[in-house]
Order: sequence, then structure tokens, then C-alpha cells
Amino acid sequence: MSAACYGVMAEFGSAEALLSAVRAARESGYRRLEAYTPFSVEGLAEALELPPSRIPLITLIGGIVGGAGAFFLQWYTAVIDYPINSGGRPLNSWPMFIPATFELAVLGAALAAFGGLLVLNGLPRLRHSVFDTPDFDMASRNRFFLCVRSSDAQFDVARTSEWLRELGPLRVVTTPAEAHG
Amino acid sequence: MSAEAAGVVRGAGSTAPVLAGRYSYGSITDKIADIVLEHRSGPAFWIALGIAAAFTLLFLVAVTYLFVTGVGIWGVDQPVAWAFALTNFVWWVGIGHAGTFISAILLLVRQKWRTSINRFAEAMTIFAVAMAGLMPILHLGRPWFFYWLIPYPDVMNVWPQWRSPLVWDIFAISTYIIVSILFWYMGLMPDLATLRDRARKRWQQVTYGLLALGWRGEARHWQRFDSAYLLMAGLATPLVISVHSVVSLDFAIGNVPGWHSTIFPPYFVAGALFSGFAMALTIAIPMRSIFSLQDFITPKHLSNMAKVMLACGLIVTYSYAVELFDAAYGDDPYEKFAMTNRMFGPYGWIYWTVLLCNVAIPQLIWSGRVRNSPGALLAIAIVINIGMWLERFMIIVVSLHRDFLPSSWGSFVPTFWDWATLFGSLGTFALFFLLFVRFLPAISMSEMRRLNEEARGIDR
Amino acid sequence: MLDVPPLIDRRAFMKLMSAALALSGAACSRKPLEPIVPYARAPEMQHGEAALFFATALTRGGYAHGVLVESHQGRPTKIEGNPFHPASLGSTGPLEQGRVLELWDPDRSRAVLMHETVSSLQTLQAELGARLAVLKKMQGAGLHVLTGAMSSPTFQRQWQGVRAMYPDARLHHYEPVSRDSVHAGAREAFGRALEPIFHFDRARIVVALDADFLGSLPGHVRYARDFASQRRPESVPAARMSRLYAAECMPTITGAAADERRATRAGDIEALARQIESALSFRSRSSDRWIAAAVSDLSVHRGESLVVVGEGQPPAVHAIAHRINQQLGNVGRTVDFIVPPIGDPSDGDSFADLVRAMQAGQIDTLLILDSNPVYDAPIDLGFGAALSRVKLSLHAGLYVDETARAVRWHVPLAHELEQWSDARAFDGTVTIQQPLIAPLYGGHDRHEVLSLLTPGAELRGYSGVRETWQAEFGVDAFESRWQESLRSGVVAGTAAAFESLSSLEARPATRGAVARSPESNELELHFAPDPTVWDGRYANVAWLQELPKPLTQLTWDNAAFMSLRMAQSLKVTNEDVVEIAVGDRTVEAPVWIVPGHADRAVTLHLGGGRRSCGEVGERRGVDAYALRTLAAPCFLSGMRIQSVGKRFPLATVQPHHRMEGREPVRTVSVRELARNPHAAKRDSDARHPSLYPDYQYNGHAWGMSIDLNACIGCGACTIACQAENNIPTVGKEEVRRGREMHWIRVDRYEAGALDAPRTAFQPVPCMQCERAPCEVVCPVEASVHDAEGINVQVYNRCVGTRFCSNNCPYKVRRFNFLSYVRDEPSLNAQRNPEVTVRMRGVMEKCNYCLQRIVRARIASERENRPIQDGEVLTACQAACPTQAIVFGDLNDPKSAVREAKNSPRDYVLLGELNTRPRTSYLAKVTNPHDESTES
Repeated sequence: MSAACYGVMAEFGSAEALLSAVRAARESGYRRLEAYTPFSVEGLAEALELPPSRIPLITLIGGIVGGAGAFFLQWYTAVIDYPINSGGRPLNSWPMFIPATFELAVLGAALAAFGGLLVLNGLPRLRHSVFDTPDFDMASRNRFFLCVRSSDAQFDVARTSEWLRELGPLRVVTTPAEAHG
Repeated sequence: MSAEAAGVVRGAGSTAPVLAGRYSYGSITDKIADIVLEHRSGPAFWIALGIAAAFTLLFLVAVTYLFVTGVGIWGVDQPVAWAFALTNFVWWVGIGHAGTFISAILLLVRQKWRTSINRFAEAMTIFAVAMAGLMPILHLGRPWFFYWLIPYPDVMNVWPQWRSPLVWDIFAISTYIIVSILFWYMGLMPDLATLRDRARKRWQQVTYGLLALGWRGEARHWQRFDSAYLLMAGLATPLVISVHSVVSLDFAIGNVPGWHSTIFPPYFVAGALFSGFAMALTIAIPMRSIFSLQDFITPKHLSNMAKVMLACGLIVTYSYAVELFDAAYGDDPYEKFAMTNRMFGPYGWIYWTVLLCNVAIPQLIWSGRVRNSPGALLAIAIVINIGMWLERFMIIVVSLHRDFLPSSWGSFVPTFWDWATLFGSLGTFALFFLLFVRFLPAISMSEMRRLNEEARGIDR
Repeated sequence: MLDVPPLIDRRAFMKLMSAALALSGAACSRKPLEPIVPYARAPEMQHGEAALFFATALTRGGYAHGVLVESHQGRPTKIEGNPFHPASLGSTGPLEQGRVLELWDPDRSRAVLMHETVSSLQTLQAELGARLAVLKKMQGAGLHVLTGAMSSPTFQRQWQGVRAMYPDARLHHYEPVSRDSVHAGAREAFGRALEPIFHFDRARIVVALDADFLGSLPGHVRYARDFASQRRPESVPAARMSRLYAAECMPTITGAAADERRATRAGDIEALARQIESALSFRSRSSDRWIAAAVSDLSVHRGESLVVVGEGQPPAVHAIAHRINQQLGNVGRTVDFIVPPIGDPSDGDSFADLVRAMQAGQIDTLLILDSNPVYDAPIDLGFGAALSRVKLSLHAGLYVDETARAVRWHVPLAHELEQWSDARAFDGTVTIQQPLIAPLYGGHDRHEVLSLLTPGAELRGYSGVRETWQAEFGVDAFESRWQESLRSGVVAGTAAAFESLSSLEARPATRGAVARSPESNELELHFAPDPTVWDGRYANVAWLQELPKPLTQLTWDNAAFMSLRMAQSLKVTNEDVVEIAVGDRTVEAPVWIVPGHADRAVTLHLGGGRRSCGEVGERRGVDAYALRTLAAPCFLSGMRIQSVGKRFPLATVQPHHRMEGREPVRTVSVRELARNPHAAKRDSDARHPSLYPDYQYNGHAWGMSIDLNACIGCGACTIACQAENNIPTVGKEEVRRGREMHWIRVDRYEAGALDAPRTAFQPVPCMQCERAPCEVVCPVEASVHDAEGINVQVYNRCVGTRFCSNNCPYKVRRFNFLSYVRDEPSLNAQRNPEVTVRMRGVMEKCNYCLQRIVRARIASERENRPIQDGEVLTACQAACPTQAIVFGDLNDPKSAVREAKNSPRDYVLLGELNTRPRTSYLAKVTNPHDESTES
């Protein structure tokens, strides 16, 4: 049974309600928790004790690759591959190479940040079990959902649902697992 | 009880509200989403759309004729080899800058009032930069070879000439438009998800569903979203400054008297924000009434934008003064002459008009009454738009028409096609913008909900 | 407002198709049937089999200018001067350069016409034959031939043949710009018509009275060379440098070259001449500064001074000049006299007689040969009307011109580059004209045409000319001398002998009509040949129409030229239209103010307002002939003028003429230079420091030096470059937009007062900067440096951002804003196959005639020797009459260009910008009478 369902979903009307529910769940030992909110709720990540995001590192790497690549490209083409006297300037007129280098560094970083966001979030993913949750379309409007995943050690559909109801959500429902095949 | 609960958000250090009226997550979402989903728009919208479409058509005709015949259809000549196209280019890029300033820099400095205007400001940026990006391509003698400025291993075994500011332009402008689009789209994802969930019509559900990329609003996503969004803002901030600096180098690197000056980068950036905020106001004021967004875009926003505009105007004024000082204090007879010619030469009237539009009239903004009157602000903003276009025309054309050798002095007379290209690009910009407001949320719903979070609104 | 290039209309289409047809049949490379002989000693740039050179001559007003014609696969593409020819010495004027385009002109006449409808030579011969039979019985009475001035011995011989058949037949000559008064003046002074030959290389003092000897007199190219030779500080000591006094109405390049110029109405010249004469003979000192100065200089330079009078002045003035020269002992030293090469006009019957006979209906058959009297005859003769009373009128000309449309029969004439003939230079030297190509448009040469009158005794060009010279050379020596004459372009020993001094006893002044007093308040109307389209005959040559006319910088139009004061008194300014009235005849013309033009006078250039000559030339400017009478061919007084409140746009290439204190042209007086050889140097000349290391040019390092002291501003360089480098013309509207394409332009600056300006010319090609501002800003490496330091433009890489042009402080770059190349088969055939034809949207500019450098390199490598100095001549350099342009290798310490750049007069344009130009200038040197008038 538990294998057949994705988790148990509790729907709340406000961010506070959700936050306190999350804290309660953590205290009572639930670990595989997911929270769905219509906007980025202050403190939610802390409450869920999420690890820090790796986006900044990815962005930094993207920026370095973009900038270094740009400067190398300019140096290689102007000095090695196609050296030619242009206006009596030295072949390696590096000060003139800086603007393109800077721009490409920014471009690299931005692409990395955006790409990182999609990849880490596993997007695009149009089909997902949580969408089958009743009322879930309100998650992007004004409802706040806490989901205890079936993979959680303490998870048991009946008991977990019961426990959640004690937190005073608007409702508690079971999210079925993704239909295979 | 929910009515009492619902509150009014006030901007930092001010009593004027940045969100008027009482709203909850739901009602904010519905109000903004319905503009897109329900398609209730008055005649004003359709008239605007019709005019914009007409000028877009003119633009297409002008461009087609240009490609068939050559840049000779414009007034460009020797010595004035650059004129309207480059003026439009600098002007459009500048307009783009306000959008990035609002969405990125104001985010970094945590200005609440940015929330309800950053979305359409970013859209303005994208469309303006798109218009700008077209201009240098149109003005080429052989536009179909524009991609030769991009480095790629070609059969000629030749590479771009990296010392040319035009190559820097290519990188600056393309980076700028790509980053702007990513930044904009990233912010849109949660809202697209909202539209997906709220849509009744099938095609809307499918379209917005695809565009939302399956956004679920999960806590981890929001965490990464926040850090990526902040980083984007951090990247866009130096970028926006670099872009118009590079644009200014198109001239400062050149040796034409009136171009060859070190003050150009800051001067151009300030000018860019100046004209950009003018355009933002020019758009915001009609838009808020057409789509009745007065509650979201409040007088507070207008007056704040006006203040930034005034500040930029003062920097621009300072730059004008420094240009004169340099010429007067410096020992370059050509520079001296360029400035005298700018003021009293055949195109002198442009200089004085520029001072009127960009220096004199903006001072009205010091008055609170003017700041709080949308009508007055709109008028001033339009004047500044014109003034800033003329300023770029002055810098480009008036400097070129009399340079070093008196034997090569000439003049510039625009043709019908010059004007067609300018107003055509305005029409195309307007068309894009109207369609954007019609099909995408002009105000960020997720950020408005977050803003409203402070109002603790709950509805049942 | 919309700059749409004219779409190809029906007419243009028909032209194109007919041109295609005319040329389709092996046309372009059609070799002449008879053997033609390449030029003897190949000029250096001739190496490489692609181009062959042939010596021949081009005539204007009968006077021959020896040229070498460059021919690619049988296609004449470019005119060069013939170093062996006395009138050329290797150089040409602008007009000669234009003649190759005239040859290929698709608008040229292509068919025999009867009343403007296509007919055939056979039909003509049939009709003519019948008439001639009748005429023969009447001893040829009523048979008349009208030609322009002719110096061809063969033509004269052929005419004798005609006279033998028709004893009473008559030959008339008419030239709109004629030498008649020169010859008449000699007759007045010496009792017989003579042609003066000037030796400017021996004259220390030259007084030019309305005489444009640098720009228009026969032999002017040679004269310019001689004149310049006496003004080089490097070779002529300061004390010996020649001084030029010029008095003229309309500023000419001669006046611009003068050290002492005086704006004098043409009608006041005679009085001026008389004053000089009396001041000289009675040692009286004139109150007039100019006269006093001239007289004092003349009197102390006996035997090495010279008074020259222009052909526009009446005989009396010439007589005065002859007497003065005689009195000063200049005759035989600085001026000699020969029998007129074009024959004595009094031998032929006058043109006026002809027209009177026509009116009287006494003319039965009239052959008009290469002349266009319906357009250019004195208006009061009423030639057009008289023509209708001629029973059979026959016209042969290059174009279906005004006359061709008025006559019964028209025959297309062969171009001078398509015919066998011969012609005399200003000094009598004969050149045998050989065809470069068989007639393109089925034209018949003038001998064939004249032969139409002598059926059965036709004279063919080739055989005819050979017969003429067989008599001269003698049978045995003939072939070798014939070959040699063709090869060298001159017939040795044919220069006319100078008249012996004893035979030149000047007669005392005939108390002729006393000249008008200078105070005369009557307004003067002055006619002068146009500097580019001459008397109108070159109106359809686009190069010449678009060549900026010296001193006005106008293109495509002539105008009513006047002084600023005159314009102010009329309350008009440039481009305002005025009505000029003489008697009951009026002409409307746009005003153009010319600083230095004489007050109370207006100058109209001839050659405008063509009504029929072709697409290019029709309705350009105003027709001055409408006011020109037999009595007053060059100037008349009593003109009325008024503004008509209209405006007419004119196209000038240079709207601004002051230097604004920037001194692009540096001028020093010869005395300053004597005191301080570095007088032309400025502080800004010091080599400026640079952040960048210098590039090393180990092979050749090409450079150019332009001597502003030698430059006379004629514009030959501009058009020579246009011909060499396939530079398109853009048309009046585009010139008005400032889009002319000339790679080397001649700037004109005026300093000083507007009524007596000091004019300076400055040819400006690309400076080939070593720190080229254009290259740094080119995003696609279309503008780069080559290994020999030439700033090259890679057309097929250029995308047309035009940043290079903005960044060029010299504005020498030219952009193809539209498709300017006229794609017509015949015009394509003219183009230089060694130079790319540029498409719309690319930048172009001078590249030191790279193709010529390559040609020389190939030759030197084949012969496995270095390129010698002077082996590469750029097109502008080769054409320049005064050799003002020197080009060569800066790495060669002995090269001429190196030497030129070592002169203390050497300076670079805008040196303070540190662009390090390869092209530099030599300062202009003036030699005024006294310090007070120095710059």
C-alpha cells in the first residue's frame, strides 16, 4: 500500500500554519518532508533544515569558464591564428580584449545559474504525482501544502494522516504514486 | 474579520502605500491573472494596438525597402556616415537600462516598491534592447553579413577584429538581451504555474503548462530559485553598467572631436537610466489606467521613479557641464571648435533644445505636487524621451558633420525612410509590449503574494 | 526626399539591349584590321602581358595631345601621356583622361540616320551620288564642307583631292573656342598669322592677361610642366624663382597659381595692356600697385620675361603683347613663333560667309564634319534656320547631337581611338593616330566621310595616311620610319621651325578702337570654355561631368559666376536664379559666388544646356551660346541681370573653403624660405610618442609626397584615378548628398579677403597612416595593413559599418551607399580588369594603385631583380602635368620620394593626431612682388 502512494498531503491556509506544521513534523521525527507554497516563504528552508543551495558555486564556475574562454579565444585568434597589423597596434592588445571577456564572463555565469536552477530542480518535468493531489492547483494561488513522503521511515498512511489532522490543516489527502506505464 | 485582517503595505520610510486597497493572496492573484486569462480589455487597448500595428507595418516596409535598395535610402552621407540608426540604437539601449535597474539593483537594495513594476520594466528592457539590437544590423552596408562580427571558424579563416568597439557591442548587447530574458523568464516561472492552474480554457492550460516547465513551488525549488534570482540580479547590475559603457566606447574610442572623451561611459550610463525611467513612466502611467492597476502601481511608485529620473538627470547635466569644461580648459582646438559648433553651428538649435528637455524641465520634479500628478509626470517623461533622443543625435551627427579638415565638412538631412525607421521601431516596441500585457502577467504575482504576506491575509 | 535610384526605364533598357547587340559579336576585343604598333619603350608600369600600350594622339580644336592608350585584350581602358610628345611629356590633362569613356559611351551614335530615322550608307550614297554628279558639272559650286579646326596633313591632302574634283567647293572651319584672334593678333603685329610658342622654363617674370596657359591654351599640359620647373626651391635659387602676374575676370587655375593676381574684367584687359605698354616705353610709374609691380619686374627682366594673352582677347591686345615682348627682347628667348599648326584661318573661308551663303540659298550640299554648329554657333547667325535652306545637309559626328537632328543625313563618326589619321601638336609636331579598336558602333572615320564626296577616288584612313607620309619619308626609309613613328607616337623632325627674328619686325600700334575705360559702368558678360566639358563636346562623359571644376568645386552644372559684391548688389546668393539679358535674348542661370571674380561682371562657362547628346549630358546647366554673338564671342558689355526669385540646386563637392586656422595647406614665401629653410615647419611636426612599438617594414615601404607648390589644381589626378580604379560616378543628386566617390580629391582653400583671395589646392588621397584610425575600429578586419605598409581595403570582407569613415580624420574613404555601378556591356568593357568592381554597401578608398605595384613585383620577380625606383607610377602621379606627386619606396634611401620627404618643406596633414601618414606634403611657396602681400 505504502509503495502505491506518493505521500500524505496536508493543506494549510497560511504560511504560518505551514511553518508550524513543518516544525512539528520535524520534531516528531519525520524526515522526508516536502512543502509546496505559492511564494517563497521566509524560514521555510530553515524549518525543513535544507542543505545550502549549490547554485552560487555553479554560477561562479560558469563565470570563470566564460571569461577565461573569451580571453583565450581573443588572444588565440589575434596572436596565433590570424596575426595581422591592424592600425599599428600590438597583436596582443589585451586591454582591448577586456570588454568581450567581461561580457562573456557575465553570460557564462547567468547561463550557469539558470541551467543550474533547472537541472537541480529537475525541471522541466510536466508530469508529477503531486499534481494529482486534490486542490493542488491552489498551491500556486493561496494554499500551502505539507507532504510527508511514503519513503519516510515513520511513514504509515493511516497514522501519518491522523497525525497531520491534529495540526489543524484545511484538509489531509493521500497523494497516489505516479501511474506507471 | 478577514477584511480587517487584510492590511496595507507601506514602503520603507514613507507613508504612501506601495500597495493600495485591501488584498489577499487570492485576490491579488485573481486580479492580475484575470487580465491575462479573462481578456476583458476596453477600446483604449484596441486603439493602441491598432496604431502600434500600423507603425509596425511601416517598419517592415522601411526595412524591406532598405534591404532591397541599400542604406543610401537614408540621409547618411560623407562625412555623416552615422545618423538615425545609431541614434536610435543608443537611445533604445538606454531605455532598456531602467528595467534592469528596477529589477536588479532595486532588488539588491531591497526596495519594496520595485515589486509591482519590475515585471513590466523587464519586459520593456527586452523589447527596447531588441529594437536596439536591430539598428546596427539595419545600418550595415551589407546587413546579410552581420554575423561576420561573431567569432566562428569560417571559410575565410578570418576572425573578428577584437579592438573594434563594434565587436564589443555585439557581445555586450547579446549578453544583455540573453541575461535579461533569462532573468525575466526565471521570475515568470511561478506565475506561469499560477496561470496554468487558474486557466479554464484548454489552450491556455496547455500553453502556460508548457511554459511553466512543471513548476510545483516545492520548498527546495524556492530555495534555489531565491539564490539564483539574487545571483542574476547581482550579475545584471554590473552588466547593465557595462553595456552602456561599451556603447559609449563606440564613440569614445573614435577620434572625432566631440566623441573622443573619457567622461563618456558614466555620462552614457546616467543618460541611459534617465531616458529609461522616462520611458518606464511613459508606459506605466497609461498602463495602470488602461488595466486599472492603480492599486498596484501607486503614486508612490511614480514619484519614486521620478526621483531616480531626476537624480540621473542631474548627473547628465553635470556631464554636459564637464564636456564644456574639458573643451574650454583643454588645449585641443578641434574639441573647442566641436563644442562651439555644437552650440552655435548649423545644428545649434538641437543643443539648446536638449538643455531645455534634459536639464531645465526635469527640475520641475523637485516639486511634490508635480511628483504626485501622473499627468505632469507623463508630460515630463515624454519631453525627456525626446530630449535624450536629440542628445544622441547631437553627439553623433553634429560632431561628425564638421570634424578635422574644413574641406570635408558637410551636413545631414534625414529622408522619409529615416523617420519611418524611427517611428516604425517605436510602433513595433509598443506592439510587443501590448501583446505582453495581454498574454503574460504584467505584475509578478508570486512576489506580490510575498509582499502581501506582511498583510497576513488569509481568505477562506 | 526619397533617394530612390532611377529604375531602368524603357529608354535605358533599349540602350542596354542595343549596346549588348552592338557588342555581342566579338565587339569588345575586335582588333583593327590594319597592323597597329605597340609603344616603343614600354613605360615601367607596362610589364606583364595583360596590358599593352599604343601611342596615338587625341585632338581638341585641332591640336594634338600625344597619349599612350592602355589596352587589355584589345580593350582600350586607360589614357596615359606620351613622354616623347612635346605637348604631353608623359602627362595629361583631365579632359584627355575622359576620352576613353567617351569611346565606350553607350549613347554614341550607332546608325546612319535620315531625318532621325535609321537608314543605310547605301541609300545615302545613292542620293548623294546623284547630287554630286550635278555638282561636278557646276565645278562644285554649292558644295561646302564645315569642320572644326583641323591640323591633319592627310586631311589637308585629301581636301586638295576634293578641290581637284570640285574646284569651286569650299572648306570652312568653326571652333567655338577658336584661335582666330591669336592669329589675327600676330597678323596685326607681324603682318602674318603666327602661332606663339611660349618657353615658361626660361621666363623669370610671366604676365598672363586673361590667359589660362595652365588650363586651356594649346600645349597647356607642357606649359604647366615648364612653369612648375621654375618654381621648385630645391632646384631653383630663391632669386631665380619665377613670378607670375595674372589679370583675369573669372578665376582660373592660372590665376590661382599667380603670385600677384588681379581681378580684371575681360573687357578691361586691353586698357590694362596699353597701360603696361606705355608705362614700359615711357618709364612712367603707374598708380596701380599691380601694374607698377609688373612693369618694374618686366623692365628689369628683359629677355627672361613674358607677356601672355589669352585667346579670348581681341587681336589688338595680342598685338600689344607681341610689341611688349619684342621691346623687352623676349621674342626668340621666352616666346617663339611658328606657322599655325591648324593652318591660317584666312586660307579657309570664314564661317560667317558660309552661313550667309546658306541663308541666301546658295548652298546645295553641306557636309558638317565633327562639328555641332546648331548648338554652338553664334546665336545671331541663325545657323539652325539657315540649315533648312540647304538642299542636302549631311552631318558626321560621335553623337546624335543638336546638329544631327537638324540635318537631312547623319553618319556616325568613328572615335579618335578608332581611326587612322594624323594630327599636329601645338608646336607642329605630327603624331600618326592609330586605332586601338575597330569602330565599336559602326562609325566611319573622317577620311571615309570626306571620301563620300569623291566616289571612285575614296581615301581610306590607313592607306591615306601612309600615302601622305610616303611622300614625306621617301619610299626606302618609309617602312622603318612609319614603324618608328607609330611606336614612339611622334613623327621625328616634324616640329615647326621657329620664325627667324629678322622676319618678326613688329609694326607700330595701329590706332585701333580705343579700349573701353576701366571705369565703364556697363555690366560685362564673359564667356569661357568649361574646365571639364570644354565647349560642350564632352557633355556626355560622366567622369568629366562629375569632376569638380577647379575653383568652383561644382559638378554636373555650370552657373552664373560672379563676385560676392556683385551678388550682394543683386541681393542674390548661391543657387538663386538670375535672368541674364543681352539685347532681346535672355538666359536663366543659377548664381554661384566665386571669390576673386571681377566685379560688375558675370562669367558663363560654355558647354551647358545640351539638348541632344545622350542620357548623361542632356539638360546639364545653362546654354551660354544662347547669348553668344559673332561680334562678341568671349565678352560683351551692356548685359542686364536680375533675380527671378527662383532657386536651382547646384552640386558642389566642397561647401566650405576657409582653413579655419587649421592650416591644412602651409604656405611660405620664397624669401621666408631663403631666410629660414624650415619656415614651413611647425611645433606639431615633432614626432609624437606612442604607447605602441613600431612595426618593422623590412621589404618595401611605399610612401608618397605631394608638392603643393607644383600642384595647379587641374584635377587630372582625380579622373586618372577614377579611370584606373573603376570608380563609379554617382550623379548630381548623390553628389549633393556628399556621396561622390573620388579616391583622390583636390581640396581648394581660400585665404585672405573674399575679393582677392589667395587660393591653394591640395590633392588628398588616402594618407596610408601607419597608425590607421580606420583599421582599429573595423570589426571584421576589412581594413588592415599589408606587409609593405599599405592600408588595404578588403572589399569582399567589408560589411559596411562605416565606422572607418567616421574615424578617418582626412575623410578619404568612400562608401557605396547604393549600387552606383552602371552595368552596361560597353561600360563594363572599359573597366580595368585588374581592379575589383565594388558592390553596394562596401567601403573603398585609395590603395596606392596596389595593382600597379603587384604588376611591377611580378615583372621584377620574373626578371629576378628588385623593383627600381620610379618603376611603379600611381595613376594620379602618371597623369600629373607638373609631377607634383612622387611615389616610391621609403626604405630605399636613394628613392625620389625619400628625397622629397627630406625637404624641409615636408609636412604631414594633421600630424598632431599621430596617425603617422605615409603620404606627406611639401609646403606651397609663393613669390610675391613685395613682402607686404605675403601670406
